[in-house]
Amino acid sequence: MKISLIVNGTRYEREVEPRTLLVHFLREHLGLTGSNIGCDTSQCGACTVHLDGVPLKSCTCLAVQADGREVTTIEGLARDGELHPLQQAFWDKHGLQCGYCTPGMIMAAAGLLAEDPDPTEQEIRHGLEGNLCRCTGYQKIVESIQEAARRMGGGR
Amino acid sequence: MSSRIFGSGIKRREDPRLITGKARYTDDLSLPGMLHMAVVRSPVAHGRIVSIDVGTARKAAGVAAVFTAEDVDLAPIPCAWLLPDSDLKLPAHPALAAGKVRYVGDAVAIVLAEDRYQAQDAADLVQVEYEPLEAAVDPEKAAGESAPQLFEDVPGNLAFRWVATNGADEVEQAFREATVVVEERIVQQRLLPTAMEPRSALAQWNGPAEELTLWCTSQNPHIHRHVLSAVTGVPDHKLRVVAPEVGGGFGSKIPVYPDEALVCWAARKLDRPVKWTETRGENYLATIHGRDHVEYVGIAADSEGRVQAIRGKIYAAMGAYLSTAAPGIPTILHGLMYSGPYAIPHFRCETLGVFTNTTPTDAYRGAGRPEATFLVERLMERLAERLELDPVELRRRNLIPAFDNGHEVCTGLTYDSGNYTANLDKALEKAAYGKLRAAQEEARRQGRLVGIGVTTYAEICGLGPSQVAGAIGFQGGLWESAIVRVSATGKVQVMIGSSPHGQGEETTFAQIVSSEVGIPVEDIEIVHGDTDRTPMGWGTYGSRTTPVSGAAVTLATRKIREKARQLAAHLLEAALEDVDYDDGKFFVKGSPEHHKTIQEMALMATVAWNLPEGMDPGLEASQFYDPPNFVYPFGTHIAQVEVDPETGDVELQRYVAVDDCGPHINPVIVAGQIHGGIVQGVGQALTEGCRYDPQGQLLTGSLMDYAVPRADMFPRLELDHTVTPSPHHPIGVKGVGETGTIASTITVYNAVMDALRPLGVSTVEMPLTPYRVFTAIREARGEGEN
Repeated sequence: MKISLIVNGTRYEREVEPRTLLVHFLREHLGLTGSNIGCDTSQCGACTVHLDGVPLKSCTCLAVQADGREVTTIEGLARDGELHPLQQAFWDKHGLQCGYCTPGMIMAAAGLLAEDPDPTEQEIRHGLEGNLCRCTGYQKIVESIQEAARRMGGGR
Repeated sequence: MSSRIFGSGIKRREDPRLITGKARYTDDLSLPGMLHMAVVRSPVAHGRIVSIDVGTARKAAGVAAVFTAEDVDLAPIPCAWLLPDSDLKLPAHPALAAGKVRYVGDAVAIVLAEDRYQAQDAADLVQVEYEPLEAAVDPEKAAGESAPQLFEDVPGNLAFRWVATNGADEVEQAFREATVVVEERIVQQRLLPTAMEPRSALAQWNGPAEELTLWCTSQNPHIHRHVLSAVTGVPDHKLRVVAPEVGGGFGSKIPVYPDEALVCWAARKLDRPVKWTETRGENYLATIHGRDHVEYVGIAADSEGRVQAIRGKIYAAMGAYLSTAAPGIPTILHGLMYSGPYAIPHFRCETLGVFTNTTPTDAYRGAGRPEATFLVERLMERLAERLELDPVELRRRNLIPAFDNGHEVCTGLTYDSGNYTANLDKALEKAAYGKLRAAQEEARRQGRLVGIGVTTYAEICGLGPSQVAGAIGFQGGLWESAIVRVSATGKVQVMIGSSPHGQGEETTFAQIVSSEVGIPVEDIEIVHGDTDRTPMGWGTYGSRTTPVSGAAVTLATRKIREKARQLAAHLLEAALEDVDYDDGKFFVKGSPEHHKTIQEMALMATVAWNLPEGMDPGLEASQFYDPPNFVYPFGTHIAQVEVDPETGDVELQRYVAVDDCGPHINPVIVAGQIHGGIVQGVGQALTEGCRYDPQGQLLTGSLMDYAVPRADMFPRLELDHTVTPSPHHPIGVKGVGETGTIASTITVYNAVMDALRPLGVSTVEMPLTPYRVFTAIREARGEGEN
């Protein structure tokens, strides 16, 4: 099937097998390997991207379902060479170790802050229940998101 | 001393590529003409292969080849920890099963196709007929008389029997004569390491040069190179192994696996690049598991609570084959830690390594030491109950007094340094222990189930002296090496043999170098993970990278500094003994304004226009470092939990950890290691448990069934530290990668048991899920199961 979609601001037209997962399309057809695959049951969240601005585990979606829509991946989050405040805060607050869950964490957190710019620690922790990290124990991820919220004008 | 950034929590230098999605993990790599490999795995735990029909699969779309055991001429995958004096059995572990399969996930065929989907489609078309056999799953039962046998030449499924004691008779006597004896049966449930990145391997054969390159998810590319050289027959100097970005390991990326060897073999056979990446489901079948012990343990003490002896008989599941380091985990890394931080006169550990029809086990974060700490601390807790002593007081009576340069314990190990009581006091103060207990009393009066767990632990890491490695049967050394190369412009490349994968050594090792020679961190690059670019090293595991590899980096950098000082003395026309160094500058004593910088010396050493007589050009140093001893971090962890009697749900309310890993190179990174370790260990206590059914079917085969801890299970962890340097290490540091996992499982377990004590509950098998806790509460109340 032929699909046409915008990824990180660029329009792509590609021929795909109908069964191609969006995450495989991004990684293998477009070479955007920042979205990682950590499971096959949509638990880990490492592949989280934004579809029309809303966080989505890109392993739960077929590429053809993204036809005509707009996708943002971790590669598209920084603008004009400026890190997104979440990226900067993850760096500043040691919100990552091996980095494998990080793109998904950051994309999920961006969705979280878009919905609630001023979340409590508990709300952040609940908000991350769809994203698994095995390295950090989450504490510095939570701190990173709190820091980003402050810098983005919300936060406490 | 502005550039002395040792001890500073600077931001990590590896992060920019990771937060922008530009990092390259193995599965992110593609090569022109690359084939994808899928592995056909056994769906039965134990059975004879009657027939394999690959005809349909070979004709499927996009398929380049299908191979079974009879096509593949790889040597068996070796085990690399050959325990001495244990009658270790070494049945062959073929890359592809021939004749018989021994666990669900055992590889029986491989399919090579043009894309990932086609490879998997064709794998589903391979028809394998099995004659199922009874399976042996539980390690204790598998060692029993009527258990199904995995190997004809391994009677009783017994891979080995290993005994360590400083006097079996004395242990027996201590138990006979003790005032108090506590005995327990402990099940250390099987765990799934679950590094977030599944394993992956990509091999490329360079025919004209007869060279093979393997990119793979490895914690130890040099070990992979040597083992895979032996398995594939490609000489090691023609075999390059690259560990690109690696997404966590926790031990599971130490072993050399059949699929990695098969990728190498297929790439050479077909003369095309071949990539294989496991799914999470495959990861749970074919990547090693951890723990899985059934333990009978006991402790003997006098009326004052002074421990006289400790002993354990351990049935340790090896799984279907001996993985790379498997025999060493429940033995050397376990039994020799039975003294913990305590002065215990006698010990005995008997470990039966048992083959089971399950995925092989091997090192998983902490590897043997969490299990040892668990049983020691569980027994201490029970002992305190029996003696009606506060568990802290009991521990205090048994802690080894402070020592700063060696203390031999009953297991024969010589701990390097420790100050356990001071550490305990600091933790008690931080947690306000007295108030916690008072609040618990109040809660109990209200009928609430509040519990407190306190652990004092010591652990062994920084593996380790190579002579010891040889004596304990490890088929390699445990030293590290580093090359520090300073260019003409004063920029530094540091090549290390170890292979960090999230621990942050690109930052901390640059901090070491910077603090030793005064070159800014931005000018220092740490190169790792490529056997063609780095000197030999044994890898990143056992909390050894900073203690061992970091020492090599330190000493190599000191050689650089000394050579630069000699050159500076020559150029300053001063006697060497009159030339001082400080913060990147060399100067004649008392005249710091007339100095030569390290960068100037790098230039002058490189151009070599005016060197002192006998000095070679260049500013480069190589250092091998074989540690004289292990390092022994320690600490105190305190947890407070509340159990909901109506649901059995455990709420972790507070967690205080005061650890001592010597000086912190980067305190933020240290804290991150401890946070992660604690959460991983709490996972074992509360949520994680790998289960098989009696036929050997994996019941927890996905992240829907295996509960990795989530962010909302935890309060903010409260950390602090004491600093007791290691006397034998050039910068005094100890390891910190595993301490959290070693201490936290038992801390939370003891806290939950403390909460349930008023009900008379003393044992619940882990993980302490709401159902299990609820059931235990009901049974204790005489309500039974409904």
